[in-house]
Amino acid sequence: MSAEATLAAPKSERGAGLSRLLGRIFIYGILILFAFYYLMPLFVMIVTSLKDMSEIREGNLISLPRNPTLEPWRVAWMEACVGVDCPGIRGFYANTFLMVLPAVTVSTLLGSLNGFALTKFNFPGHRLVFGLIMFGCFTPYQAILIPMATVLGKLGLSGSLWGLILIHVIYGLPFTTLFFRNYYVSIPQDLVKAARVDGAGFFRIFYHILLPISAPIAIVSVIWQFTNIWNDFLFGASFTYGRNAPIMVALNNIVNTSTGERPYNVQMAAAIMAALPTLIIYVFAGRYFIRGLVAGSVKG
Amino acid sequence: MSSLTIKDISKRFGGYQALDNVNIEADSGEFLVLLGPSGCGKSTLLNMIAGLETVTEGLIRIDGEVVNDRDPKDRDIAMVFQSYALYPSMTVRENICFGMRVRKVPKAQQVESVGRVAKMLQLESLLDRRPSQLSGGQRQRVAMGRALVRDPKVFLFDEPLSNLDAKLRVEMRTEIKKLHKKLGVTIVYVTHDQIEAMTLATKVVVMRQARIQQVGSPQEIYDRPQNLYVASFIGSPPMNLIPGTLRENGGQVAVETTLESGTKLVIPMGRATPAMAPYFDSKIILGARPEIITEPGIHYDGATPYAFDARVEVVEPTGSDNLAIISLGGIDAIARLRPGAGAPGKSMAFSIDTSKALLFDPQSEQRIA
Repeated sequence: MSAEATLAAPKSERGAGLSRLLGRIFIYGILILFAFYYLMPLFVMIVTSLKDMSEIREGNLISLPRNPTLEPWRVAWMEACVGVDCPGIRGFYANTFLMVLPAVTVSTLLGSLNGFALTKFNFPGHRLVFGLIMFGCFTPYQAILIPMATVLGKLGLSGSLWGLILIHVIYGLPFTTLFFRNYYVSIPQDLVKAARVDGAGFFRIFYHILLPISAPIAIVSVIWQFTNIWNDFLFGASFTYGRNAPIMVALNNIVNTSTGERPYNVQMAAAIMAALPTLIIYVFAGRYFIRGLVAGSVKG
Repeated sequence: MSSLTIKDISKRFGGYQALDNVNIEADSGEFLVLLGPSGCGKSTLLNMIAGLETVTEGLIRIDGEVVNDRDPKDRDIAMVFQSYALYPSMTVRENICFGMRVRKVPKAQQVESVGRVAKMLQLESLLDRRPSQLSGGQRQRVAMGRALVRDPKVFLFDEPLSNLDAKLRVEMRTEIKKLHKKLGVTIVYVTHDQIEAMTLATKVVVMRQARIQQVGSPQEIYDRPQNLYVASFIGSPPMNLIPGTLRENGGQVAVETTLESGTKLVIPMGRATPAMAPYFDSKIILGARPEIITEPGIHYDGATPYAFDARVEVVEPTGSDNLAIISLGGIDAIARLRPGAGAPGKSMAFSIDTSKALLFDPQSEQRIA
């Protein structure tokens, strides 16, 4: 009987190994299938942007370009038509950077200041203030378009990039405040007490003690804000026009400008270029994003 | 180096009374320990002395001056926190210098002060490290360095040793005591560890539920606890609190209690005092530290011990002593014997040094003698 048992053992081990292998093949098969599914549109965009129009007209979406050309990219950048003008997307690209960089910087800085004040200085009503700020996270943007337009008009900022920066700062604040508040909540209150005993005031404590250890959450805030503001269409379309428009509005206008044949290759190239900054940020800083999101819960 | 006076201090958080009419006097150079379980208000009091909490009622004086409405920075205090609260992004040197930088102390003086403190606390080799690169004990020393560099009127310590392991805690305890000896500074030290309080303090304040229970030197607190709470909180193993009845006969009093066997013991407690009169023939609690219940033959000065026989239930050797558990008045009383003495289940002779025994009122829990 013992001989039987020893003989049986390798057999069942082999069985387990086989079923594990099948399981692996199944899992990887599914993963590859979905990766393929999600990458397909990107692939189509890239190959289309490298083809000339005659090849596109043949209608084969996924074939590789026979004569790869960067001409559509050049056209998209320098001379794509946006409405009646044909300035290419480069001007809108610059616009968007001019708007996104200050909007991201200011909303992140103010968000961290808010988070600091809300967690480390227990002023009366701080819970209520935080609750009210959180309303901003759940207010649909469409609901505030008209009041916002009125306010921008009164401020003399209608149609300008400055107006757009202001709006993005205001509507980014609830999120950046939330990020920083949740991060600072886990930082010991003793740190602030020690600094107060050392004689430091509100801003000095913020600048010298909290800010230098805020990198993980600042990265989260920057990525979040950059992606959201860069990708914003609604505010851009509502509050700017013509050459002041940000890239997403321009892209929309390029695609909707139809004079005869649609230049799919140029449109694809423009779309890729419009999406590139957020992709690059995610590729290089994505892991910090994940790390920063969980950083608050882990003791430093 | 300065005196500290806490006068009629109360603190309320909304409806919660955190401190209730607290009065403390600490002379210059005093090592004042606030001792109590968590939630008794001792840390709140320390924060109020530091200026980190507002005062609801009463006065805090440092060196005779009322500091109630002063900012922490204007009180000339330094504080060491339980979590050390080292600034994570700064090196040890920057941590120690931060306060001086804020106060705009000249650079040359900063360098000199850091050098002095680093030498005193053996931090020289660590000055360029960050807190995350330090061990618990090193962080503790940096936190003390940050306080020492200030040369303040009063040092405040908020449970500074409770994050250290047992061995390091004992070492740092001695370090702190040495520093106090050397610098002669006034220290207010918060802890829930009665051994820390006993070993460090020149004056202990025992607190419980927002109130002071007793203020006194460690020996006073140990020998003459004001009430049952202090008696049982201080000392390890704790004081035996033996229920009995107070008997009076011709101006002499005795506590009558029973052994496990039912045998009556009448333990003489000397001459009756007026305070005892209301308790004649009524219930009372006899307080006896384990070390005053021993095997006979140990010499007590000036007093005749009371001798009795009792059955030992359990013996717990600690190395330095054998702790024998005997049943007295229905409780498990602990007697401290010499190592090797006592055998479980066997009857043996004991003696109580009655001159050191105390009497408590079982209702009010106050000491009556």
